[in-house]
Amino acid sequence: METHTVSGSNHSASGNDHLVQMANDIGNFFRASPQREDAIAGIANHIASFWTKRMREKLMARLEQDEHGLDELPLEALKRLSRSTAAPAR
Amino acid sequence: MQSIVEQDLGTPARLSAKTVTLTIDGEEITVPEGTSVMRAAALLGSKIPKLCATDQLEAFGSCRLCLVQIEGMKGLPASCTTPAAQGMKVTTQNKQIADVRRGVMELYISDHPLDCLTCPANGHCELQDMAGVVGLREVRYGYEGDNHLTAEKDTSNPYFTFDPSKCIVCSRCVRACDEQQGTLALTIQSRGFGSTVSASQDVPFMDSECVSCGACVQACPTATLSENSLIEKGQAEHSLVTTCAYCGVGCSFRAEMKGEEVVRMVPNKDGHANHGHSCVKGRFAIGYATHSDRIVKPMIRAKITDAWREVSWEDAIGYAASEMQRIQAKYGRDSIGGITSSRCTNEETYLVQKLVRAGFGNNNVDTCARVCHSPTGYGLKQTLGESAGTQNFDSVMKADVIFVIGANPTDGHPVFASQMKRRLRTGAHLIVADPRSIDLVRTPHVAADYHLKLRPGTNVALVNSLAHVIVTEGLVKEDFVRERCDVASFDQWRAFVSDPKNSPEAMEEVTGVPAMSVRGAARLYATGGNGAIYYGLGVTEHSQGSTMVMGIANLAMATGNVGREGVGVNPLRGQNNVQGSCDMGSFPHEFPGYRHVSNEAVRALFEGAWGVSLLGEPGLRIPNMFEAALDGDFKGLYIEGEDIAQSDPNTQHVTAALEAMECIIVQDLFLNESAKFAHVFLPGSSFLEKDGTFTNAERRISRVRKVMQPKAGYADWEITQLLSNAVGYPMNYAHPSEIMDEIAGLTPTFTGVSFARIDELGSIQWPCNAQHPEGTPTMHVGEFVRGKGRFLLTEYVPTHEKVNAKFPLILTTGRILSQYNVGAQTRRTENNRWHDEDRLEIHPNDAEERGIVEGDWVGITSRAGETVLRARVSERVQPGVVYTTFHFPESGANVITTDNSDWATNCPEYKVTAVQATRVGQPSEWQRRYREFSEAQEDLLKNADVFAVK
Repeated sequence: METHTVSGSNHSASGNDHLVQMANDIGNFFRASPQREDAIAGIANHIASFWTKRMREKLMARLEQDEHGLDELPLEALKRLSRSTAAPAR
Repeated sequence: MQSIVEQDLGTPARLSAKTVTLTIDGEEITVPEGTSVMRAAALLGSKIPKLCATDQLEAFGSCRLCLVQIEGMKGLPASCTTPAAQGMKVTTQNKQIADVRRGVMELYISDHPLDCLTCPANGHCELQDMAGVVGLREVRYGYEGDNHLTAEKDTSNPYFTFDPSKCIVCSRCVRACDEQQGTLALTIQSRGFGSTVSASQDVPFMDSECVSCGACVQACPTATLSENSLIEKGQAEHSLVTTCAYCGVGCSFRAEMKGEEVVRMVPNKDGHANHGHSCVKGRFAIGYATHSDRIVKPMIRAKITDAWREVSWEDAIGYAASEMQRIQAKYGRDSIGGITSSRCTNEETYLVQKLVRAGFGNNNVDTCARVCHSPTGYGLKQTLGESAGTQNFDSVMKADVIFVIGANPTDGHPVFASQMKRRLRTGAHLIVADPRSIDLVRTPHVAADYHLKLRPGTNVALVNSLAHVIVTEGLVKEDFVRERCDVASFDQWRAFVSDPKNSPEAMEEVTGVPAMSVRGAARLYATGGNGAIYYGLGVTEHSQGSTMVMGIANLAMATGNVGREGVGVNPLRGQNNVQGSCDMGSFPHEFPGYRHVSNEAVRALFEGAWGVSLLGEPGLRIPNMFEAALDGDFKGLYIEGEDIAQSDPNTQHVTAALEAMECIIVQDLFLNESAKFAHVFLPGSSFLEKDGTFTNAERRISRVRKVMQPKAGYADWEITQLLSNAVGYPMNYAHPSEIMDEIAGLTPTFTGVSFARIDELGSIQWPCNAQHPEGTPTMHVGEFVRGKGRFLLTEYVPTHEKVNAKFPLILTTGRILSQYNVGAQTRRTENNRWHDEDRLEIHPNDAEERGIVEGDWVGITSRAGETVLRARVSERVQPGVVYTTFHFPESGANVITTDNSDWATNCPEYKVTAVQATRVGQPSEWQRRYREFSEAQEDLLKNADVFAVK
């Protein structure tokens, strides 16, 4: 029977791609907002509220090397997040 | 038979506001209209003899023992079937009545074994009691006539025995299976002297439709139907009320005891969630607590390839603490974390999250709700303002349209399903949205008006098309929306769902559901009266799980189906305390009471109470812990009462992450799958061995009471406290009630909760505070928790998990009645008799294409891995969809599920995995490795003398 690569064994390369996918998935929900600003704010707020600082830093580091793969709205949201210093209050 | 302590008032209570006053034996009493004469007399303290009557079932009038004299009425009416009337005058005792009753008992006893002294019911038999009450002294018929004394016992069911020689054909068992359980597995066959109780077509109980709920056993007034544990151990001497540790219904039970030994678990008639009913698990499947696999001594090892070493509690806790401290010193503050248990009490999960936040100094704490109802928490908070369901279970009795989405309540929440069926059988409509033909679609006296058999992964497409119908056909409750909801968000949502792309016709290709069925279901839900939605993991365990929850809330708000009885959004929480675990702050981003860790005022409150600075950044969720472990950033984990190696998706990914950690502490009853990767094993305690509270799917907080000392010496909360002290964060609770007092002091929705208050009220549904001093059965009455209900746009986004030529089928997963989640408890009971392996359900068309027949070994391959299961060919699944359960670790169901998850919460997409199925002749490579690894791990235990039972 055909075997498959264990996802853990190829983790380093895929781990940050996983964060890109997560960010895009968040963007896919908020892109339904009629106002672009609302969508970007929604994505930024969600990431700030639920992602650890390390996860945000890793994704930013990945984007600094290569923005490819991240959709436009989450990319803008992350750039704004990196410019702010604190998680939005809830 | 009934519990040893409960009084039986003969017939059910009536709830009419109108009352009648009657006189019984010269004494007046006022009762609600509709109350029987029998019950009225019982309320006066006058017990009219009875055998066929019980207050758990409607009156039947067959035994003729309860006859009374009523002024103005002919003859001697049966008091159980005669409603009390205004001015009625009743005589319950005189010579004529006494003679009749004695005559009736003579007939019963003439065909009944006289082995009272050796009978399991001795001392607690209603027939025996009635013989005494009527003054029976002789049986003039003798015992030589035809009788049933040689009728053979049915011992097929592992939990109870049916002895027809003792049956008095009162029909209580038949009625219980009908009225309480709704399975109708029993009947009285033949007639007259030939009448006998028959399971199905007179087959053994195990071969019938009986689901072993035990309602018949409890209803039986004699020893005809008796628990085997009662037969073996004799009558209990005392009982304690506690709460079931299986599903999210949270049934209340009386644990009947002899010393510290449980004789039987009897559902509590006053149970607010279950009203005296139960299922096979809660009533019978408690043997796991004393199973030979139970470990009761702490163990440690340096590497997972080392043998386990039994050590003292002091050494185990000391080692665990020193390892966690070493790891933090080497890898940083955020390199360790904890997972709270949805099986343990509120107090225990509160302590674990407190240990992580205050002791470890980070927010890396999460709970198993991550993989089940985390989208519920997110979606309902965004729309309605609170992360919980809106009703209690009793609300279903006022529903007119019951809409079940992605849930299988007859298997997952059986006692609530029985209640739901009672309402459906009195005329409520039913809509089911599920890829499978779940039992509820067509069951005795119940048939769904609509079964929306959608393709897995298309929930949001369906809910948008339902909304499209409601909006475009003018079925919105405009007044409700204008008054109660955020109008701007509603207008935006209305425009969104009105788009033709969301019409049933446009979405039919996506969902596979005929457009006319969607239109019919939408119209029924919107206009059929009180509409109540009940949903489960078929909603949440998707990449759009949170989106779907929001879509459901949108539907409920648009149709005005929130904020009163009979309606609502009802997530069927799966585990006994998963709601409680979430309430207690187990999520990495929220303190107890669902308040974000970044909220400075809330954080200050906890800092003040806990005496330590707390982090304002969210911590790692469970899936992120795995990623961080594989990245080398996360090295230590304290797992209380969870088995992530079996329950979480993509098993190989999970085990690789566990192997990458340096210290895993598992606190559990058994060496579970996760413990095979652990370095410290702390033996936990079952629900019988601790005090505390559980919170069920209704937000109902109920007491858990210790009925025996912890087998390993400590309750789970005490172990967490020991660990906390060892890592340097002091905890000094003397009793779980003190922990609840602290919770209440810090959590606005819990301020009125205390053990004393729970004892006083029986149970409490939070919020319980100054505004709601006795709790809150129905939420969002008058106003949503967030003020105005918010509509959110729920665009359908297809899952990443695509079928193709290589993986042409969709696998979806679920549960079965007799087994529970990963099976750690139920696999260690006789419940294996009903389900001893996970099988792959496959449609006959798909099976035929692949040359697969019933029972064949089938290799199931996905992008994540492969495993092998035996086939069950069934039309319950639709072509293109296969289904399995995950109760047995060796079946590897999660080897093939993927890392795809809900965008908002990372709840895994268990319900959609693209697979191929192929007939095979041997286990998968993973299964072979699993067997070797498990055998090696069990071998590493062999020199440790750690088991409860030698």
